[in-house]
Amino acid sequence: MMIQMTQIAPPIRNSVPTQTFDAIIVGGGHNGLVCAAYLAKAGKKVLVLEQRHILGGAASSDEIFPGFTFSVYSYVVSLFRPHIVRELGLTRHGYQVIPLECTFTPFPDGESLTRCGDPEATRREIARFSPHDAEIAPRFSMAMTKMASFIKHIIDAPAPDPASLRIGEIAKLLGLGRRFKKLDADDRYLFTKLMTMSAAEFLDLWFESDRLKGPISVSGIIGTYLGVRSPGTAYVLLHHYMGEIDGAFRSWGLSKGGTGGVSLACARAARSFGAEIRTEAPVEQILIKEGSAAGVVVKGGYEIKSKTVISAADTHQTFFKMVGEQHLNNDFVRQLKRFKYRGSSAKVNLAVDCLPEFSCKPGGGPHLKGDITIAPGVDYLEKAYDDAKYGNFSKKPFLDIVIPSLTDPTVAPPGKHVISIFVQYAPYHLKEGAAHWPEKRQALGDTVIDTLAEYCPNLKETILHRQVVTPWDLEQDVGLTEGNIFQGELSLEQLGPFRPVAGWSRYRTPINNLWMCGSCVHPGGGIMGAPGELAAKSILKS
Amino acid sequence: MPIPTPFHDRTSKLCTSYRWTDWAGYYSVCSYNLPNDSEYYAIRHAAGLIDITPLFKYEITGSDAAAFLSRVMARDIKTIHIGQAAYCCWCDDDGKIIDDGTVFRLDEDRFRVHAAEPMLAWFSQFKRGFDVAVTDITETIAAVSIQGPTSRDILKQLTDIDMDSLAYFRVAAAKLDGLDAHISRSGYTGDLGYEIWVKNAAALPLWDALMSAGNPYLLKPAGLDVLDITRIEAGLILNGVDFHNAAHCLIESQKSTPIELGLGWTVDLDREPFSGQRALKAEQISGSRHALVGLELDWDEQEALYAKHGLPVQVSAAAWRMGMPVYDRQGSRQIGKATSGTWSPILKKNLALASVKNEYAQPGTKLKIEYTVEYQRETVAAVVAPMPFYTPEHKKT
Repeated sequence: MMIQMTQIAPPIRNSVPTQTFDAIIVGGGHNGLVCAAYLAKAGKKVLVLEQRHILGGAASSDEIFPGFTFSVYSYVVSLFRPHIVRELGLTRHGYQVIPLECTFTPFPDGESLTRCGDPEATRREIARFSPHDAEIAPRFSMAMTKMASFIKHIIDAPAPDPASLRIGEIAKLLGLGRRFKKLDADDRYLFTKLMTMSAAEFLDLWFESDRLKGPISVSGIIGTYLGVRSPGTAYVLLHHYMGEIDGAFRSWGLSKGGTGGVSLACARAARSFGAEIRTEAPVEQILIKEGSAAGVVVKGGYEIKSKTVISAADTHQTFFKMVGEQHLNNDFVRQLKRFKYRGSSAKVNLAVDCLPEFSCKPGGGPHLKGDITIAPGVDYLEKAYDDAKYGNFSKKPFLDIVIPSLTDPTVAPPGKHVISIFVQYAPYHLKEGAAHWPEKRQALGDTVIDTLAEYCPNLKETILHRQVVTPWDLEQDVGLTEGNIFQGELSLEQLGPFRPVAGWSRYRTPINNLWMCGSCVHPGGGIMGAPGELAAKSILKS
Repeated sequence: MPIPTPFHDRTSKLCTSYRWTDWAGYYSVCSYNLPNDSEYYAIRHAAGLIDITPLFKYEITGSDAAAFLSRVMARDIKTIHIGQAAYCCWCDDDGKIIDDGTVFRLDEDRFRVHAAEPMLAWFSQFKRGFDVAVTDITETIAAVSIQGPTSRDILKQLTDIDMDSLAYFRVAAAKLDGLDAHISRSGYTGDLGYEIWVKNAAALPLWDALMSAGNPYLLKPAGLDVLDITRIEAGLILNGVDFHNAAHCLIESQKSTPIELGLGWTVDLDREPFSGQRALKAEQISGSRHALVGLELDWDEQEALYAKHGLPVQVSAAAWRMGMPVYDRQGSRQIGKATSGTWSPILKKNLALASVKNEYAQPGTKLKIEYTVEYQRETVAAVVAPMPFYTPEHKKT
């Protein structure tokens, strides 16, 4: 992994570029690399500067324990835009995503629910709890697919600006209106409900069984500081339904070699088009000359000039740490400060010497090869949120678990496994203050393991190594402000034309020649690549 | 009615989908699971275990075995060394292909030939004057193919031979978990992989040993459906689909020559006579009429066709082999036919194998292929791609 990394992206100290670039990209996460690849493909002279020793930002893989490769932060791929894969030829550069086989939800009473790609098996499985829901589930999927294909047009283009009177903008809004009109009346109502309701209430429209509503509703809260009963979370549900693999909506997969595999494929593509990439190159300052970005200063005092600077970092890092408030007008600063981060999730990564065994479904099997959700009901999830509301991590958190080593033999030694556990809620803002996270880190780890061990009694004795990543660590390690995994909450008021600031959703910033291409701009987070792509295309158009 | 292979006792318990097909008179698993994509990903990322017993197998022995096979095959078998495996095809007098398969040289005067169809009579007609015996061992030898990047690591746990020195298209006799076997580094997936050949009695112990040693390496049994996807990705043709045994063809246009099928590299023309030599020499001088090419279908055009109906693109989970007309760039003239195709999950492209007029065979040539969406016949652009479509580094290393 490391040898590969230095080949693709040597540390900056090995050779400091002295020439003037067309574009410097601050941050070598997947969006920065996608942006770099598009710009380099268009013939621009591009430099990517990544602060860490590895590429990928929050989409990176690292051998944390010898022989075990963790997807340290983000862990599944589905939203990555298929046209980016095609346009950048990413499959030639190692982009490989293996679909998850199913979703498995164990319950405390010894029951479990396994939903898989076999529709009849899934119907029979749901019918054990509710024959009604078993019949409704495919209709729900169909409705969400329709909604997703409608919304797809929005995420694959810059957000239209509702406040603009420019003809182009009005045409875009009209286009959107026309597509909305094409939906039949029921779907239009449904879309409106999706945009306004809570995930739990929205699911109440369809399902009766809590055993189904629990695991489905969690898609509405992932990465947000909201509960499944908070209005607005139904839309986030849809955001997670838009994932596409091979044309099929709602499919999730594991990147070969961990999520860093996606970033490395983007990096290799960018390199093949001529982009330069340097690691261990934290940008301390974006140089502003006469109101325009002119280059960057990298830690160690290296100054590198560029006609354009594109930040893949979030708004807080970019404007308050690298640009400086003195270069910005008050209104913009005020709006930036209102942009909500408030990270709410953590990760626990395990190296284990054998598979965990669920007491409700002993032995191995396809149920372990998918998404394992500890979300046994809506009340459970709302209670988990209750803790977070008052600045505590959940005593009984929602867990989303994958065991990538069951499908990808490259991430663990034969017969041994890595377990990735996404944890919510772990609010950045602890009641004692965020800086207390380091001393609470292991307590969170214990809570997560205790929660999972209730379902997998053999878990504790299998653990060879445990890594706990709190929102504090996300901020410290990869520069995600307040540990928000989406570079800013994916709540309705922070999406589309409002992301990150009303009037500045088009990748431009008030500073000339300074652009943004991270998840904090439209269409947002997840390993999607769209912000990087859309930013690059906007820059090339300008 | 088909009969079971010697692995049936194990495969039948694993085949939870109950999806079987008849392969050369044997029950063969189409897919073990529903859906079956995990079998595909096992082959591409870990390893898949495929029962290939139904292949026809012949033992060729005698002091003239090499000379005899050189007379039958388009490839000069005399140049094949002991321990070498060779991909070959064989033709009728007109240079039209009969079948293709692998030839193993096990010893100076002992060969194995594997074919898709029964060939005892075909081979025997060339025996006259040679000191050679042709024995049909189809029903005495069981075989599995273990394909995928972890296949070598699995076999290393079980064999007494140095798997690292068994090179691509080499074959060796080995003890595998104590069983007498031949292991060839060959397969039909374009991946790192091996085929293991044992006497029928050793079939079940072989299966058990492989599955047990393979478990930590994520070995999965895989059916013919995903084999079909992987062989198209690897650009490998199939008898009865991409070409037809000339002896079964009623009309000339159904026949093809090895050169037309892209197998020219297996034809050794300048040597003593072999079946089809004169015709193939003539073809070499006059040029071929057709060429087998790989096509990549244009995604944007597919997307646009579906969008016309308000649908997202649907990609099939299985390979197709029903045949599709292929047209020139303008779509005005049919210049060939696509014989099989698949969505490639690893390349993210719709692929097809096609036979086109020779002048349209250069990589980069733009063509059109018939494409049906919502019962409406349309065409989409397709470009002639370099072959094979998928060829991972680990295949030969």
